[in-house]
Amino acid sequence: MLQLLDITKDYENRPLLRSVSFTVAANETVCLLGASGSGKSTLLRIIAGLETAEQGTVRWEGRDLAAVPPHLRNFGLVFQDYALFPHLSVFENIAFGLRMQNLPQPEIRQRVREAMTQVNLSGFERRRVTELSGGEQQRVALARALAPRPRLLMFDEPLGALDRALRDRLLDELRGILHATRIPAIYVTHDQEEAFAIADRVLLLHEGQIVRDGSPSEVWNEPRSAWEARFLGLGNVIEGVVTSRAGKLNVETSAGVFRLDCEHTHQAGEKVNLLLRPSGVRLAADGNLRGVVADVVFHQDKFKVTLENGLYFYLPEAPKVGKEIGLSVPLSAIRCLNSRD
Amino acid sequence: MSISIYHKGTKAQREKISVFVSLWLRAFFPWLGVSLFLGLFFFYPLARILWLGLTPVSLLTITPESFLLTSHSLLFTFYQSFLSTLLTLLIGLPAAYLFARFDFRGKALLRLLTAIPFMLPTVVVAAGFNALLGPRGWINLGLMRLFGLDSPPIVFVYTLWAILLAHVFYNTTIVIRVVGNALAHLDPRLEQAARSLGADARRAFWRVTLPLLRPPILAAALLVFLFDFTSFGVILLLGGPHFATLEVEIYIQAVQIFNLPLAAVLSLIQLLCTLAFSMLYSRIVTRLAVTTAPRPAEANLHRAKTGREKLFVGGMAVLLLALFLLPMVSLPFRSVARLETARGERTAVSYGLTADYYAELFVNRLGSLFYVSPFEALTNSLLYAAATVVLSLALGFPVASALAHPRRLERFLDPFLMLPLGASAVTLGLGFIITFNKPLLTGHWSPITSPLLVPVAHTIIALPFVIRSLQPALASIPDRLRQAAASLGASPSKVWFTVDWPIVARATLAAAIFAFTVSLGEFGATSLVYRPEYPTLPIAIYRFLSQPGGLNYGQAMAMATILMGVTGAGILLIERFRLPGAGEF
Repeated sequence: MLQLLDITKDYENRPLLRSVSFTVAANETVCLLGASGSGKSTLLRIIAGLETAEQGTVRWEGRDLAAVPPHLRNFGLVFQDYALFPHLSVFENIAFGLRMQNLPQPEIRQRVREAMTQVNLSGFERRRVTELSGGEQQRVALARALAPRPRLLMFDEPLGALDRALRDRLLDELRGILHATRIPAIYVTHDQEEAFAIADRVLLLHEGQIVRDGSPSEVWNEPRSAWEARFLGLGNVIEGVVTSRAGKLNVETSAGVFRLDCEHTHQAGEKVNLLLRPSGVRLAADGNLRGVVADVVFHQDKFKVTLENGLYFYLPEAPKVGKEIGLSVPLSAIRCLNSRD
Repeated sequence: MSISIYHKGTKAQREKISVFVSLWLRAFFPWLGVSLFLGLFFFYPLARILWLGLTPVSLLTITPESFLLTSHSLLFTFYQSFLSTLLTLLIGLPAAYLFARFDFRGKALLRLLTAIPFMLPTVVVAAGFNALLGPRGWINLGLMRLFGLDSPPIVFVYTLWAILLAHVFYNTTIVIRVVGNALAHLDPRLEQAARSLGADARRAFWRVTLPLLRPPILAAALLVFLFDFTSFGVILLLGGPHFATLEVEIYIQAVQIFNLPLAAVLSLIQLLCTLAFSMLYSRIVTRLAVTTAPRPAEANLHRAKTGREKLFVGGMAVLLLALFLLPMVSLPFRSVARLETARGERTAVSYGLTADYYAELFVNRLGSLFYVSPFEALTNSLLYAAATVVLSLALGFPVASALAHPRRLERFLDPFLMLPLGASAVTLGLGFIITFNKPLLTGHWSPITSPLLVPVAHTIIALPFVIRSLQPALASIPDRLRQAAASLGASPSKVWFTVDWPIVARATLAAAIFAFTVSLGEFGATSLVYRPEYPTLPIAIYRFLSQPGGLNYGQAMAMATILMGVTGAGILLIERFRLPGAGEF
């Protein structure tokens, strides 16, 4: 439905977005994940028509939107910090988009009520938006975007200002609403947990380009670069040198020699990055990884054990600090990251 | 037994009371000077006006003529204030939009230019407009020469237009500051949210931006109205004898006709009006804080891109330059230009540069004993200004220090300090005349003959500003800073010199320059209380400006140029030394 082609945008004479292309299909939720300042919000604003790109086109069902001003696009946008109208009541905030469509008063009333029920906000009609809590403001912002029945919904870090517990609850509700309304959505965030929780498809934005496009499980299980693994916090990333590749790949690192499966073709002597996932590792005196324990922290049902070389693992039992331990890292916990950066 | 217990009780009680009293006295100590000063020179004269205005004597003065006069001047005051405010908004609102939304070269300079007039003395502004548009001004002389006319084609001075234009010149900066600030800090995403919800640019402006700006616009308009309502020098100097606002009428009744009861009645009406406007204004200001969500101003700024934007920015810049720069530039140039027949010559006109007008300032051409040369007037002004600085700092410093850590006493007394802002300068002068024109005790000396009343009046006017610029600086120093310095081994005096002084010094300097500038240019109160043998520079300019002849005109220009130079330098220095956020009301 939505199609972006070669979007390029400069910010203060430096490239912010470089030839970004992707599509959003019907009732699909796409999550744009990237560090702050990576141009995610700008991309949303270009889609909304609030900013223009230097190059590239935005299409909706094949039609170029370049000449369509923002108010005629019918794309809902939920802003970071919500941007509620402080001079209007909750009701009037939500009714704003409907009034712009010049709908008759009874219909406006009915659809505002509908939207408020959707976001669990019934009874708040007459309140001032400045009196609401962060979570309530967030719900008003969502209801305001939903009420005009947009053909696309966009979220710009909508939960950034809320605490963890509230964020999780709102995320669940939001997923439910997106499911029920079947409105395609683009969700922008820098928080990977939020992204994996809501997305049908995750796009990783790095240095102005989309470096990864896949389902949450693909992106999680098959990182393709050291940056991806680090940004998503998948585990330890270490550098190594390929020593031989007879059947399995042999990689020598500062932490030990690892044998692993790899679909890439490598030559001996080539530098590669390895991802060592912290889970699935067990203590073994003859393990292929050795190190001195530097720190042990209780973490949920396991212990996070950090070694003196900086690597960390989750273990079921806690070794003593200062003790040298051996660890056996199974094949499933090691992955070769195509080392181009 | 019981008696001794009782006795003990009273002793403890007495001690308690004496501790309480001494604590209270200590708390009140910083307020002592200001209380005495304002009590004697502000509240008491005000009470005397009130008394005189409400006694049967004044009721007798309400003849049909005086009633007509009062209602006429009241009507005219409202009329000209309303028109002036409207015109100021007409220019100020687009200007506010210009400064809040666009980035362009020379913006800071243009902004400063629009801010300078607000503090310029009225005589300077009057002289400036006179130099530009008066019968001997650049434009009229130019047109006369160009078309060979015998009389100036443009009649500007002594018309309503002159009053209106001068008021716009003065007060546009208020609109730019109040509305422009609100606009600059308005969250740009509110407008964008409206756009994404289906509002076109026009509807987004009317439905979102304008409703959010309504309180600041109202506040600015009311403040401008208040200033126009109490305007005195502009009306007297540029409006001439045909126009009398309440303020001017008070002056005429008090000084020329010496009908003090009627002047007191007029003063009371004036006070009531300003009080009502001020109360309305503070109600709006409290609402102001609620509606504007603070945003970094830079987020709203951009360069003009489309042709229409460029036209707007260019057109506004030219308009503001013409309005604010021309009167200020034509004044100094006029003061060194000979554009008409010189003294005694009837035939040939010699055009050219001349320093004559400045040289004449030192000459007593009339040879009169009572004549005071402009140079002496300048000396008087400088002495008065110096006295005002000393007096207002001496009174303001203790109070500002106390206000920096306000307790209940401070919070209670603070509004009283700001009251002089509400009373007009002419009312202040009238109060002095009514209160101090009687001989003290049995002696022949009455205080009104003392030249010291001038700096006293100036101090009352400058004091609220001085306190408001010192207080935030003193309050801005957190105690932790002093404690940190002390814990690092600094003695109390070292602490004061290393922590307090560097911060306070700037604010003190700004406050001092402020008091100096205010005193140098003050015209309203001075025109009522000055001694003829010790006139100030603005008084001298007024005298020369209202006398016929090219030489008098030229000397008025020269003096106004000097005054503009000194006050202009003062304003620039204040802008430099002002702490951010200080001196706002």
